[in-house]
Amino acid sequence: MAIKLPIYMDYHATTPVDPRVVDTMLPYFHEKFGNAASRNHSFGWTAEEAVENARAQIASLINASPKEIIFTSGATESNNLAIKGAAEMYREKGNHIITQVIEHKAVLDTCKRLEKYGYEVTYLPVAKDGRIDLDDLRKAITKKTILISIMYANNEIGVIQPVQEIGKIAKEHGILFHSDAVQALGKIPIDVQKDNLDMISLTAHKLYGPKGCGALYVRRRNPRVQLSAQIDGGGHERGMRSGTLNVPGIVGFGKAAELCQQEMAAESARLGGLRDRLKDAIFGKLDEVYINGSMTHRLPHNINISFAFVEGESLLMGINDIAVSSGSACTSATLEPSYVLKALGVGEDLAHTSIRFGLGRFNTQEEVDYVSSRVIEVVERLRELSPLYEMAKEGIDLSKLNWKTAAEH
Amino acid sequence: MAYSDKVVDHYEHPRNVGTLPKDDPNVGTGLVGAPECGDVMRLQMKINPETQVIEEAKFKTFGCGSAIASSSLATEWVKGKTVAEALAISNTDIVRELSLPPVKIHCSVLAEDAIKAAIEDWKKKKEVSEPAANATAGN
Repeated sequence: MAIKLPIYMDYHATTPVDPRVVDTMLPYFHEKFGNAASRNHSFGWTAEEAVENARAQIASLINASPKEIIFTSGATESNNLAIKGAAEMYREKGNHIITQVIEHKAVLDTCKRLEKYGYEVTYLPVAKDGRIDLDDLRKAITKKTILISIMYANNEIGVIQPVQEIGKIAKEHGILFHSDAVQALGKIPIDVQKDNLDMISLTAHKLYGPKGCGALYVRRRNPRVQLSAQIDGGGHERGMRSGTLNVPGIVGFGKAAELCQQEMAAESARLGGLRDRLKDAIFGKLDEVYINGSMTHRLPHNINISFAFVEGESLLMGINDIAVSSGSACTSATLEPSYVLKALGVGEDLAHTSIRFGLGRFNTQEEVDYVSSRVIEVVERLRELSPLYEMAKEGIDLSKLNWKTAAEH
Repeated sequence: MAYSDKVVDHYEHPRNVGTLPKDDPNVGTGLVGAPECGDVMRLQMKINPETQVIEEAKFKTFGCGSAIASSSLATEWVKGKTVAEALAISNTDIVRELSLPPVKIHCSVLAEDAIKAAIEDWKKKKEVSEPAANATAGN
């Protein structure tokens, strides 16, 4: 079968909207365009009904009640609302927040801003496998701790945190537990009851829904979580998030969630198999390749590999008919290599050589085979060009060389 | 990020990739950059001690496409030049030739450093191998 190029294998960044989702959304642009907040005519009722249907579809995917879903513009807003909203609401109770170093910037930068306003934030480290140590968490808790925010699964390395255990610890101490679950939603089962979650951030575009549409799950019972709204206005979404609802987006989000619920088990198994096929092909042909993060506690569709002695951006350039991403500094806006890999203890030399493969619904086995053969071919070619590979093969310990002196010449 | 055609050409068809015997007294080796920074260039030149002409140049580079292109171009340019002419090559010449964007200027700086480091290494070797000649010249 002929392969269509370029191949998209960057599903952690975003996903295409599933055609079945698009079909469900289309009537809500022109024909059923009403404002869900219009209470006195059928246009409004139709829109409201569609929104409530989507709310139920999303709630069902995480075992929540529909009333606990608050629609937002995306997960960045959800993270902001959860953290700032809880910090403001529970300020009397305390000013301490616990999070971890490999969170998404939407959580880290939100916490940094709160620090400016007098909040204290503990950033838990992660072990080499990318997971936090529960003892570190227990030790970090103080009488002033009001919120723990730990992501469900990481966007770069796909490592899944011990969410259920974190939730238990939070509950024992009467602390709210928020989790950024965008990478996990629809990929692995999430159960807000079993996992003891009080708030989770969700977004549509990572699970084959449209961009610009997210949600925050906010627990209503046991405990009833209250948040200070961050956007003032008409008091939509139980007063927590004002603004006219993005009805077509929400309808798409709901449909996407429903499809994930129906297909998750089969899809995860298929993608896990393809991911392992990709990994096995690469590891079978190349030496000096390393997996970043735990293989046991990992999303089925993720693999993050460092190709020692081959700089990430040059590798991407060689496989330019394949869309993947790299932890190399050269590919980031800040010119710093991935802070996630750094936190795992991956040396900067290896962080520069990392590639994240994110498989998804529309990848085929033929594509996976094409990707592995292209990657192997380009890595081999670039290693022929790499002075580091040659030196390593000669038995020179690169870490012992005085690189600074060399650079100063 | 879009690369210029010349960068792509050097990346896909790098000139003068390889290794020269680093213990040869006529070979100068320049190794610049650091793995932690994501760029390491090794530039080697075989220089005729009589004419001071660079007869051969080889490189290997760990780095992005622009780093590979900068060092590949550097080997092309130094070949056939005298040591003095090679030392006159500036990073801005490389930037212009390859149309490097501002974030990639450091690649050209590294290539210039590599040329200078290789010549420096060759000069040092000459001092060691020909101390008498140097002493005479000094008189």
